[in-house]
Amino acid sequence: MKITKARLFAFAAATAFITMGNAAFADELSIMASGGAWQDAQRKAWFEPFSKETGIKIVEQEYLGDLGKVKAMVDTGNVPIDLVTVETATVLQGCDAGILERLDYSKIAPREKFIEGSALDCGVGLDAYGDVLAYDPNVLKEAPASVLDIFDTTKFPGKRAMRKFPAQNLEWALMADGVAAADVYEVLATPEGVNRAFKKLDTIKQDIVWWDAGAQPPQLLASKEVVMTTAWNGRIQNAIDKDGAPFKIVWNNQILEYDMIAIPKGAKNPDLAYKYLAYISQPEINAKLASYITYGPVRIDAASFVAPDALPKLPNAPDHMTAYLVADTEFWGDYGEDLVKRFNAWLAQ
Amino acid sequence: MSALEPTKLVRPRASRDWSAADPGTAKSVAAALRRADFGDRLRSLALAAPLLVLLALSFGIPIVLLLSRAVYDPTIADALPQTSQALRGWNGTGLPDDAAFLALAADLRSNQAKGTAYELAKSLNARLPGARSQVLKTVRQLEAADRPPLEVMKAVPFWSAPGTWPVIESGTHSVTSFYLLSALDLRWNADGGIERVPPEQAIFVQVFMRTFFVAAAVTLATLILGFPLAYLIASVPKGLAAILIVAVLLPFWTSILVRTAAWTVLLQKFGLVNDLLLWLGVADDRLDLMYSRIGLIIAMTHIQLPFTLLPIYSVMRTIQPSQMKAAYSLGAKPFTAFRRVYLPQVFPGVMAGCLLTFILCLGYYITPALIGGASDQLISNFIASYVNVELNWEMAAALSFILLVFTLALFGIFARILGLDRLKLV
Repeated sequence: MKITKARLFAFAAATAFITMGNAAFADELSIMASGGAWQDAQRKAWFEPFSKETGIKIVEQEYLGDLGKVKAMVDTGNVPIDLVTVETATVLQGCDAGILERLDYSKIAPREKFIEGSALDCGVGLDAYGDVLAYDPNVLKEAPASVLDIFDTTKFPGKRAMRKFPAQNLEWALMADGVAAADVYEVLATPEGVNRAFKKLDTIKQDIVWWDAGAQPPQLLASKEVVMTTAWNGRIQNAIDKDGAPFKIVWNNQILEYDMIAIPKGAKNPDLAYKYLAYISQPEINAKLASYITYGPVRIDAASFVAPDALPKLPNAPDHMTAYLVADTEFWGDYGEDLVKRFNAWLAQ
Repeated sequence: MSALEPTKLVRPRASRDWSAADPGTAKSVAAALRRADFGDRLRSLALAAPLLVLLALSFGIPIVLLLSRAVYDPTIADALPQTSQALRGWNGTGLPDDAAFLALAADLRSNQAKGTAYELAKSLNARLPGARSQVLKTVRQLEAADRPPLEVMKAVPFWSAPGTWPVIESGTHSVTSFYLLSALDLRWNADGGIERVPPEQAIFVQVFMRTFFVAAAVTLATLILGFPLAYLIASVPKGLAAILIVAVLLPFWTSILVRTAAWTVLLQKFGLVNDLLLWLGVADDRLDLMYSRIGLIIAMTHIQLPFTLLPIYSVMRTIQPSQMKAAYSLGAKPFTAFRRVYLPQVFPGVMAGCLLTFILCLGYYITPALIGGASDQLISNFIASYVNVELNWEMAAALSFILLVFTLALFGIFARILGLDRLKLV
């Protein structure tokens, strides 16, 4: 049955190719993602099955998540990609700058079926990931109990790595300084709150190694450059599962974020792009990614489709949701640029 | 213009003995000569035209266009035409009159209709952090249209806050000094004077100084390593010199990214350099060479060495050993001979090599990003971040502009001291 279907598609594709001439280009969907283990997982969970089912060829590209590249494409009117994966804060930024298309959810899936905050005007959620703490138990004799232990240099001496970006670090700094998770963004919106966060970061500044790319934290741990590092949970789990690394993840006080996908303005195949978005937004398909990388689904009704062995490793597994903070994208849309500048000035001091 | 018709001239270049003629003819001959030279120059210019056009199109014009963003930012002015009009009579202190509030409300609504409200919000936010959500919130409330616009505007405290209107007013001028001043850690104060930004926001002056310091340190290091090596290569027999030159050039042909990554392997905490130092007993504990200033300077020195060495070597090769011998024979001590005979001759090569390295170092990006720590990032890293991450190309253009001005000034000073024609590049 399946073979006949595939053959039918092949036949249809072949006929289309002959009759339409440039149909080979029309049936290509170009997706730009941020590479690494995450893109590999998307390929297995979504790209390949989608191609098989629809006959649409997916052309993959990679980038560092820097929206400047997309802006340059849109500004020059030459947009060779149809879909681009982006972080939540970047969706907001791209939406404001007019370089991402406003999505028509009637072509994707009902908006209320997504976890709150994972279906935005210009981007639809792909998965939920956690900003967590990772360490090597062979190096640290005592296990940290919370991400906030990264601020405790007496109990856990040695270098520690954090992302070279104000988001998450400022939130953790405030929480480590005694601010309740619910009040973090309210405090951070005031100049005193920002000062307080930087003052807390000051206490460990000498011991911090900064990372830029998601692949760096496992490398920093493996080379014993640091004793603990903040990280995206999937990258660490990947190093544990695929490379046999002895790392451990601390979930307590994790910050939950969503990965998103968006259509750049002026994309050549918006219809194919919507077809893909509708495909991956089905609950059973959305849940499939968790089998290849430990990022959770964003469809509310997808939980039951997650493979049972994958479930306990997800950031939104019930066990990991005791103490957490959901990143506030509106806040970072407002204060992001200013805090990045302040953060860079602080780094340089 | 001249008594001598150009047609009668037998190609001035061929007849060089015109000086014997009377002064009047000599003058007109000189003019004809210039004219003929001009024709020659025109022809060679025509030959080079495709290259010049390509340079202008692919290099000159884009640079000018991009740099113009540093002073020209029409986003806010275009988005707020009525507000610009209404603010014309405002004295810049306190709050403007209700007409300005109404004009702003009308402008905000028309932006929402055109779909440009987000762009306006972002542009205002770059100058006034927090403005983004206030603009969007106000737009939504205006759209609901359940209250008169003036009431909506007055109900949002942001629009009556002291700092808001001066920023809007300055935004309504398309030509702005905001970004250039920011690039030097300066800003306009409320009285219309220029002041330094508060220390916790000051960053770029420090980064510019750091960039110049790192460039100078690397230049010095390449000179200390490169000068003796160039001397060695210039004085050994040809075959050995060829081997040494290849040894210098081999890394030069490798991609800069590969070389930087190789240094990461060498310099990391459990890397080869640390292993060696520990084994030799030079260091008691593993040193933090990665993510540090010293690691950055080591890696950059390695990458830049050929750029300093080759101009020096090319000059040294032309100096006859017999000159030094002549100096000795005239009674000069070795150091005197070196200082007074050898050094003045290699000096242009040394200057050229150092200038090349120094200017290239000012633009380093990959190596500081990968090997430098957070406080070792150079100005290019900040420019890249404004282009790629912040999408604030105005700020990137302003920083680039200032870097370009510094670099050109430096080049001008060198050229002035030395004379451009004496700079010997390879």
